[in-house]
Amino acid sequence: MKIENALEIVSLTNSGMVRSHNEDSVAHEVACGLVVLADGMGGYNAGEVASGIAISVIATEVNQRLVCASPTDRVDGEELGVALLRENIQRANASIYHAAQSQPQYAGMGTTIVTGLFYDNRVVVGHVGDSRMYRLRGELLEAITRDHSLLQEQIDGGLISVEDARNSRNKNLVTRAVGIDPEVTSEIHVHAVRVGDIYLLCSDGLNDMVNDEDIQSALYGMQGNLPLAAEQLVQMANDNGGRDNVSVILVKIKGEFAMRHGWRTRLLDWFKQ
Amino acid sequence: MAAKLILSMDGVVLKEYPLSKERLMIGRKAQNDIVIDNLAVSGEHAAVITILHDSFLEDLDSTNGLEVNGVSTKKHFLQNNDVIEIGKYKLKYVNDQASQLSAADFEKTMILRTPAKQAADEKKVQPENRVNGAEKTGQFKSDPRLQPAIKAQPEVQTAVQPVQRPVAVQILTGPNAGKELELVKNLTTLGKPGVQVAVLTRRPQGYFITHVEGANHPVVNGKALGDQPHQLNDHDVIELAGVKMEFYYKG
Repeated sequence: MKIENALEIVSLTNSGMVRSHNEDSVAHEVACGLVVLADGMGGYNAGEVASGIAISVIATEVNQRLVCASPTDRVDGEELGVALLRENIQRANASIYHAAQSQPQYAGMGTTIVTGLFYDNRVVVGHVGDSRMYRLRGELLEAITRDHSLLQEQIDGGLISVEDARNSRNKNLVTRAVGIDPEVTSEIHVHAVRVGDIYLLCSDGLNDMVNDEDIQSALYGMQGNLPLAAEQLVQMANDNGGRDNVSVILVKIKGEFAMRHGWRTRLLDWFKQ
Repeated sequence: MAAKLILSMDGVVLKEYPLSKERLMIGRKAQNDIVIDNLAVSGEHAAVITILHDSFLEDLDSTNGLEVNGVSTKKHFLQNNDVIEIGKYKLKYVNDQASQLSAADFEKTMILRTPAKQAADEKKVQPENRVNGAEKTGQFKSDPRLQPAIKAQPEVQTAVQPVQRPVAVQILTGPNAGKELELVKNLTTLGKPGVQVAVLTRRPQGYFITHVEGANHPVVNGKALGDQPHQLNDHDVIELAGVKMEFYYKG
């Protein structure tokens, strides 16, 4: 199945109940199986600028490269799909960093990012900071990214339990962000996908306001109507106070999208287009 | 304003200790930060570890142990107004920073950088904003009020103020007639996936029914619903996939 037929993608972003403007940005390019979500930080409108730069750099660059290349091509010992996410998070980092250096009103701006590239029955997930990707498989909802945050480090170190972490006052401290330093280390993983899976990308405005059980019941109960599920998630965050911007991207796997390997079949595919 | 511990005995306040160090020691020996000279207290009895806005109490294998709010504990994540009991002494934990900040300052995400990394950066790039002498934090705004940027205390659980009255749905027709389903979750799914599904959602203003999938929409009191959520009233009759059920508030 072609990727655009195999995936259903819905995105929604909302400024919440307290904030006057929305520093989150979302984008998706269904033709190349790409989804990107960023949560900007910085004074005045710098947060929007940072998340906007990150989204547009990644969406544009990945899309352009995949017009004439396959994400399964090998580049320097790794797949192009993996390399593309890493390189373009780096490129977004450089763009934001330089804008922040050259324009005083943008000094210190940065953004979190979570991005997924779906191809060949897999998803490559790249992230920096505390924006997350979850996967609903069957009835089980699991976070497949681990926040780059002080709190996550404390949980990993055994200092605080996951239950106590909900009451922590240190929730808002990320240990990595895009655009703060000349270089950024992104975390990249590859996961196999299954038909029926639903992937949720979200900014912390969702998971700080809505607990995982409620996210699970909304996704599970509304999986037959993805736009409604997205609206429900945003509404739950806002009903619980909506103290931050809230953004979600949902990706539903409707069919297999294995790639045929070998130049002969690819050439045939190319002629069929 | 940092959090603090207030030492008292028999209701008389003895002293206040700000939690300004990463590791504050409590015990009988003189080198402790909080010295309690009483034989029931071990030489090094307990420690309070403070990481930015969170503090943790740890028992250091003391002979007589620790109680927090009347419950004996080895390790505890301190919450505002917790009372630590060591023998006859009480230490009250006070952290009311939340009330000192305006709502707009809450929850601004900030970056926390490792000291090594920051030291390296300072050689390469211009110095960062340093606020309140906090060595580990480079932050985005130079507004010093943002430094204690803690979140509003009520978290997920308490922020939700749902309708408190219990509600239920009773099946009126079909093989399950008479069965009652109490709505305990914030979102309850009704119907069959792929055929007809609707959800009942609990919101601050009440309960709503929303059509999710299927060619037929749910019918409430004889009227078919559209795609929009519909607020339910006491004793509304819902018809879904050929089954009638009644929605009502219990008690």
